[in-house]
Amino acid sequence: MLDLVIDAISWILILAGSFFLVVGAIGLNRMPDVFSRLQATGVSDTAGAGFILLALVFQAGFTLVAVKLIFLILIFLFTAPVATHAVTRAALSVGVTPRLFDASGRQRRKITEEVMRAKTAARPEPAAQQKGKGKPGARKKGGRSSKR
Amino acid sequence: MMFAVAAIAVLIALALAVVRVLAGPTVFDRLVAANKIGNAVILLVAIFGFLTGRPEWLDIGILYGLLNIIAVFAVLKFLRYGDLGVTGGEEPTD
Repeated sequence: MLDLVIDAISWILILAGSFFLVVGAIGLNRMPDVFSRLQATGVSDTAGAGFILLALVFQAGFTLVAVKLIFLILIFLFTAPVATHAVTRAALSVGVTPRLFDASGRQRRKITEEVMRAKTAARPEPAAQQKGKGKPGARKKGGRSSKR
Repeated sequence: MMFAVAAIAVLIALALAVVRVLAGPTVFDRLVAANKIGNAVILLVAIFGFLTGRPEWLDIGILYGLLNIIAVFAVLKFLRYGDLGVTGGEEPTD
């Protein structure tokens, strides 16, 4: 009886995890630019991996294998958002422009350019900053206020 | 049966990520997809251990998980500085 319950829970978790993984992979191929692709895959990948590993924890029972699986879940929960965040900031600082669309599906080039101009005005080009060493405080203030 | 379903789903996700790695216009697309491939491989190692009845391979999965994020940061640092040996010194601008 208990085996049946554990198997049912594992099936539900595995189906949910598989769904999230495949949907994230489809989103990785369907989305229009880097940032939306990051959002599609970064969120659903953590959820899918967490669900599948949790199902394996239920199958393993109270053993050392379960402990290792829980550590694996923790590694996923810590590293996946950090990697997503790092890639996003690197893409923004290199100058990849996010594509914004209006309700009818046309790209709003003007707004995209305005957003990028505001960002680059608040934070000068990385190359220029490396040459003009100094004033780290001023940069921090400007960067924070423009992002909110 | 249940592990086979999970393994097939992970393989489908891995194949779609490979498509994005080959097609991605910018290097960041390829990096995101490569990160997803790394995650899928970790899951595949874990599931395959259960599939064959020997779940001791999870240590390899943990190792891959730690290597995965280091690889992402190494590629990002190389893209930014063109060199992996740059020391910190002044705080990076971003």
